[in-house]
Amino acid sequence: MSTQKTEGLVDFAILSMKYKTKLTKKFENRIKYEAPNPNHILSYIPGTICEVFVKEGQSLKEGESLLILEAMKMRNQITMPHDGKVVSIKVSQGDRIPKNHLMVVIE
Amino acid sequence: MSLKKHILDLRKRKEQVQKGGGDKAIEKQAAMGKMTARERILALVDKDSFTEYDLFVEHTARDFGMDKKQLHGDGVIIGTGTIYGAPICIFAQDFTVAGGSLGLMHARKITKIMDHALKMRVPLIGINDSGGARIQEGVNSLAGYGEIFYRNTLASGVIPQLSVILGPCAGGAVYSPALTDFVFVVENISKMFITGPGVIESVLGEKISMEDLGGARVHAETTGNAHFFSNSEAECFEQIKKLITFIPWNNSKKAKAFPPKPPKFKGKIEDIIPSDPKTPYDVRDVIKAIVDDSDFFEIQELWAANIVIGFGRLNGETVGFVANQPMVLAGVLDCDSSDKAARFIRFCDAFNVPIITLEDMPGYLPGVDQEHAGVIRHGAKVLYAYSEATVPKVTVILRKAYGGGYIAMNSRHLGADFMFAWPMAEIAVMGPEGAANIIFKKDIDEAEDKDAMRAIKVEEYKEKFANPYVAAAKGYIDSVIEPSETRALLLHAIEVSAGKDDHRPAKKHGIPPF
Repeated sequence: MSTQKTEGLVDFAILSMKYKTKLTKKFENRIKYEAPNPNHILSYIPGTICEVFVKEGQSLKEGESLLILEAMKMRNQITMPHDGKVVSIKVSQGDRIPKNHLMVVIE
Repeated sequence: MSLKKHILDLRKRKEQVQKGGGDKAIEKQAAMGKMTARERILALVDKDSFTEYDLFVEHTARDFGMDKKQLHGDGVIIGTGTIYGAPICIFAQDFTVAGGSLGLMHARKITKIMDHALKMRVPLIGINDSGGARIQEGVNSLAGYGEIFYRNTLASGVIPQLSVILGPCAGGAVYSPALTDFVFVVENISKMFITGPGVIESVLGEKISMEDLGGARVHAETTGNAHFFSNSEAECFEQIKKLITFIPWNNSKKAKAFPPKPPKFKGKIEDIIPSDPKTPYDVRDVIKAIVDDSDFFEIQELWAANIVIGFGRLNGETVGFVANQPMVLAGVLDCDSSDKAARFIRFCDAFNVPIITLEDMPGYLPGVDQEHAGVIRHGAKVLYAYSEATVPKVTVILRKAYGGGYIAMNSRHLGADFMFAWPMAEIAVMGPEGAANIIFKKDIDEAEDKDAMRAIKVEEYKEKFANPYVAAAKGYIDSVIEPSETRALLLHAIEVSAGKDDHRPAKKHGIPPF
């Protein structure tokens, strides 16, 4: 780094001061925060969709099962967080999905 | 048999076992660009100093046809030697013998040399090159790992422990290095991970190469698991040898003193630092301007580079440096840099190495990712480590010391023995712009030309508070010094604190925010 002292310097604001500095790869690659949408049901663990119990348009009560997400040899029930309607289903049986993958949209 | 025959027989046995996995396996090892376990040990220790133990140990497995297999030395070499005359205990896993897999007797050899190191109070060096647990030995190999981790923990803070990753080190095996003080990795050779690319792909469908998952660069740059990165085994061994010269044999000793040397740096130290607090510079240049022979041995150079840690010597004595790096992320404290500094401070404290803190930092890194990653919990480690440390602690405030950063970076309030500040230091609750905006909000809001009023008030605040004299007036700073006096004053501080005897309340152990 000492060979290229001024290369890659950017403005970097801490509180009200702006500093000239370099950024780290980790900082540049950080994930920007987005407020969670309560109507999006995301996978909280990577795994496989075993079974889907509901259909689009179906009305459901809080706690009713939407699907089973198998992960680490456990069959996890994914349930309705509140009374509502299934708007669209983004996964189907046998899908292998990563963490935070949109599975179901409800309202 | 005559005595001579006995001796010849011994030599023959030794020769056979010392070949490890045999010529073919050795060729394979060389084809991977790796040295053999024996070559590694001999390259690392002083010439003719290595004495091997347990050469004739054999495994005890009986299942899956193992009873008919002979594994020379059970895949690991252990012994004692010296590095620049310092005694050390060492083990090296031999990948040519059953892939260096860890079975019960293999583990017993390692724990034997660990026990020896702890009893003799000498540093332990472990060279890891192993495919993992020996599946044929089942739970016995798991027992072996557990017994190693237990000893790593008992030895922690008593003897320095070094782990050298020269091959695969996967699954449970990674936790022994993780428990030790310094981990060395080599480009293209070291591989460390809990679950390998195969499992990750089959479970999650995520494709990644072994190198990108747990190669040397990943651990040196991204995870912070490794402390030293090099491009070849030879370079790695030089790093290990150099580290050994900087650290003591155990926690009851001090590191060996070397003949004092002046720094090679010949300029003016104040010229390194721009007076505008927003302009960066490389804080390592300041360290090199201070230490003997300008020889600074940096640790974790590639990870969390916004803080710099490492060893240097003052008047021949080892000291540890912790310095904010304005060149990277403006030198802020964040989760990673806090972890990095805190662990190093604890190493220095455990092994009687005085700590010199060079401070120039704007505060903590703002951001949702930082808050959610637990910057509170991580940042607290720095406060804990500094407050807990009883070795001599000296701070030099070079430029900025704002807010929580001022407290965290070994302030008087956390028990600093000597607080020095350069005359351009700004010790304040926050930067002048921020402070003026809050304190003079009414004046600024009511002014016709808000920007002009703000500028006036910022100047006013700077004049009054952005200096070292407010803190000096309270005795929070012992001396405001000229930059050119820094080395002389640090030498003096180390000299007069040689007999420091500071105690903490008796306890089983503290509970740092791990």
